[in-house]
Amino acid sequence: MNFSHHTSVEIILTLLVAGQASLSHADAQAGAAIAKNGTGAGSACMQCHGANGEGQAAAGFPRLAGQNRDYLVKQLTDFKAKLRTNPLMGPIASALSTTQMKDVADYYAGLPAWKPELNAAPSTAQTARGAQLAHQGNWDEGMPACFTCHGESGAGIAPHFPSIAGQNSVYIANQLKNWQTGARLNDPQGLMKAVADKLSAEDISAVSAYLENPK
Amino acid sequence: MIRWINQLTQNGKFHPMWIVLAVTGVLLVGGIVLVPALYEGAKEPRQNVVTATTKSVAAANLPEPDSGQHDLPKDPQSVPTAHFKPPSESDMPAGEFGDMVKLGRNIFVHTQIYAKGLVGNGLNCVNCHLDAGRKADSAPLWAAYVMFPAYRSKNHKVNSFEDRLAGCFRFSMNGTAPEYNSKEMIALTSYSYWLAKGAPTGVELPGRGFPKLENPPLPPDVQRGAAVFKANCAICHGTGGLGTKVNGQYAFPPLWGKDSYNAGAGMHSVKNAAAFIKANMPLGKGNSLSLQEAWDVAQFVDSHDRPPDPRAK
Repeated sequence: MNFSHHTSVEIILTLLVAGQASLSHADAQAGAAIAKNGTGAGSACMQCHGANGEGQAAAGFPRLAGQNRDYLVKQLTDFKAKLRTNPLMGPIASALSTTQMKDVADYYAGLPAWKPELNAAPSTAQTARGAQLAHQGNWDEGMPACFTCHGESGAGIAPHFPSIAGQNSVYIANQLKNWQTGARLNDPQGLMKAVADKLSAEDISAVSAYLENPK
Repeated sequence: MIRWINQLTQNGKFHPMWIVLAVTGVLLVGGIVLVPALYEGAKEPRQNVVTATTKSVAAANLPEPDSGQHDLPKDPQSVPTAHFKPPSESDMPAGEFGDMVKLGRNIFVHTQIYAKGLVGNGLNCVNCHLDAGRKADSAPLWAAYVMFPAYRSKNHKVNSFEDRLAGCFRFSMNGTAPEYNSKEMIALTSYSYWLAKGAPTGVELPGRGFPKLENPPLPPDVQRGAAVFKANCAICHGTGGLGTKVNGQYAFPPLWGKDSYNAGAGMHSVKNAAAFIKANMPLGKGNSLSLQEAWDVAQFVDSHDRPPDPRAK
């Protein structure tokens, strides 16, 4: 067989590309391993965030599957730096290196994103109010629509604005209350604080309920 | 002197005709220089990037494109004290008229889709006329509707409301104005008319346009504006100011460049941009920037390249 110069170059290039591809694939794979088994220093993500990253609704542990990757990295970084405080996530994030944070964020961002439920419960007055806040906002109070920043169907806008559609309502309600009280402080430019301050208790219940299964 | 001219004439080196030719030449050159200069002076001036970066111009001396709103008479006795409230979205009328109102709203909010052949950039009306043209202090439609027909110095004539809308398409949307009495014009007019339900005709309502802005303490500065932009605006409009796209549509609009408003748009006036920004930006945090910051960042935004004013062609 006659191997020409060109063929050797192609072989080398293919190996390099394959190598690169396998390296990036390893990020999500390494992330999957952390999610499943933990790092030895903290609990495994799946224990609280579910086998498929769906979260635990009742406990208010958020859905991670399909979430904006850069947002996940920022939250882990902020937990570790104590810019965002949570008794469970603080120690867990502190045990992760930057590379591990990126790996696990890669993994969860790559999981299937939330899809609307086919046979969801009919809308109530509460979810109708929630829909109004999500799609139109409350401009009497100067509050923009959630979906203006979080994407037309709440799927998020990379890199800064996370997906909120299909997020569990207990978690959303807790975050909104935390911004109101100052228990959560890591929103860029205080944008979420400004929003949360314009929501009544009824509004928080309404929009959290709606966002769990928005239409 | 005359003897010198006579000497030259005799030598053939000077001819009186030269005087005529010289004067004619001066007049011609003067005409070539002055006529365009006069024309330049009459049309809306643009901010000069070089001027802005090499020396700050006193804000009071900045030439401003006129939105035409200053020409309109104010009746101090009939301006109501409470903000006008347009009808609720859920109270949209039914029937054919209602359908036209809904179409108007759709064009306003999803201009890229519903006015597809008419737009020349990536914007939607709602990008600046917040809350679907309802929000006070963000140039709401209900306040504009009742102030037309009106003389506007921008085009030196009495404008109908459709004339005004045509300007939006030509300048802010860098596109083509819909034909008069076209479906798009009737839809947008119907939507504006419906929003203005109950508003007194010919009365300048509080919340019209943007709140009047004082001049800043220091002349607006592009460098300071760049810092304001990075800290407050880039998160949505991008570090390059070119907006953020999702699924091929701008989720956050571009503020300059080929997909933004052109140099004939009202927003290209630093004064207008500063007033809009002060009252409305960042989104959801209106009136959080200082007066100086709003002017500086407006100067910065309007110092960038954008499509030219179509009237200059």
